[in-house]
Amino acid sequence: MNFTLKIWRQHDRNSKGKFVEYKASDISPDMSFLEMLDAVNRDLAKKNEDIIAFDHDCREGICGSCGLYISGRAHGPQRGVTTCELRMRHFHDGETIVVEPWRAKAFPVIKDLIVDRTAFDRVIQSGGYISVDTGSTPEASSIPIPKANAEEAMDAAACIGCGACVAVCKNSSAMLFMSAKVSQLALLPQGHAERKIRVQRMVHQMDKEGFGHCSNTYACEQECPKKISVAHITRMNREFIRAAFW
Amino acid sequence: MRALVQFYNSSVGKKLIVGLTGILLIGYLIIHLFGNLLIFRNDCGKAFDTYAEILPQVVIIRTIEIGLFLIFIFHIVTAAYTWLLNKQTRDQNYKVRKPGQTSPLTSRTMFFSGSIVFIFLVVHMRQFWYNSRYEAGEHYSMYEVVKTTFSEPVYGIFYLIAMFLLGFHLRHGFQSAFQTFGLRDKTYAPIIEWCGIIFWLLIPLGFASMPLFFLLNF
Ligand code: FES
Repeated sequence: MNFTLKIWRQHDRNSKGKFVEYKASDISPDMSFLEMLDAVNRDLAKKNEDIIAFDHDCREGICGSCGLYISGRAHGPQRGVTTCELRMRHFHDGETIVVEPWRAKAFPVIKDLIVDRTAFDRVIQSGGYISVDTGSTPEASSIPIPKANAEEAMDAAACIGCGACVAVCKNSSAMLFMSAKVSQLALLPQGHAERKIRVQRMVHQMDKEGFGHCSNTYACEQECPKKISVAHITRMNREFIRAAFW
Repeated sequence: MRALVQFYNSSVGKKLIVGLTGILLIGYLIIHLFGNLLIFRNDCGKAFDTYAEILPQVVIIRTIEIGLFLIFIFHIVTAAYTWLLNKQTRDQNYKVRKPGQTSPLTSRTMFFSGSIVFIFLVVHMRQFWYNSRYEAGEHYSMYEVVKTTFSEPVYGIFYLIAMFLLGFHLRHGFQSAFQTFGLRDKTYAPIIEWCGIIFWLLIPLGFASMPLFFLLNF
């Protein structure tokens, strides 16, 4: 398969970026999107040109580092996959593909397609934990947890922190990301002791980082590669009201 | 007090204010609609005129009016403020965007639909509320005023468009408020969705029926 790529190139944080056109030829439909970019980079390296910088690590959808905005969709057109899991067969031969970094003030571009997502780390550091010394592994059934709660907490914990929710949100809101952690811990007995302070601190930190106000468009749920539900935002809102008023 | 300020300053707090005031406002719509339906009584507007005459004389109505006005201000100011803040969260927009594939149009156009409804409200208040309160003479018939206003195609059509956009605004707004209250979970989401139909479809239709009635000269 052959593609025309329009890729955002930006030298560093402070320089102005622009789109540059590249050709990707002889691409196998079974290649992942990142492998296709590798192929383009190989050609660029041969010609001694600056290669396209993009973030990646696990290449199996679990680390969350590979987010790209591909032709108007976070992680491309497929639902429930990360950019590294996206295969080229989902594009038409000869298609022009526009590749952009996540765009949000809270996620400044570092180089080309790589953005700084440390704002997420600071949101987690503000309350996404429980402060107990866990010691060695306890007996599995010593704390009874209803199956349904355990399942839902697990769904929330599936968040890989890729930032697609912020990238697609018209308000650059981090509500899905932040609420997944609040909801996960609120569902489990271990999280109860700090539930009040946790939600307040995390909301405060999220606002401080410059993420926007959620206006419930639910686009985040559609683009989340782990299909995390906005029901976690509902629970987080409830936690926030509870913390503020009683 | 400090806690309240902090609450209002947080993103979730502001949204709660918008949601809560929004729900109170649509509560008023129900009362407003039921009163106005008297216009359809086949008595040349007698019942409607009496209703319009008595209404301002009830003290509680006056109090509610002031409350409503304040709620309105809160709703509009807070919503506009969040909209402005949200505009500033992205300094460079995407070259290619496909918002239609991930979210409904109603949810992305709340500021627009709200603004038109607001403009409508100003015109509407001037036409009916202000005139009846401050410029009404001895033999003021509200029914006649409504009839002449609505028979005017420009105004009637403007009214219809505004009602369409009101429905559009509430299509997203109603369920969105409950999401913000933290109530739209798996059990309640379908109930909220169904109740929403009353607000985004039936009530705007009810209001739209009045200009339609006079426009089509029944
Ligand atoms: S590279 Fe780890 S999720 Fe894509």
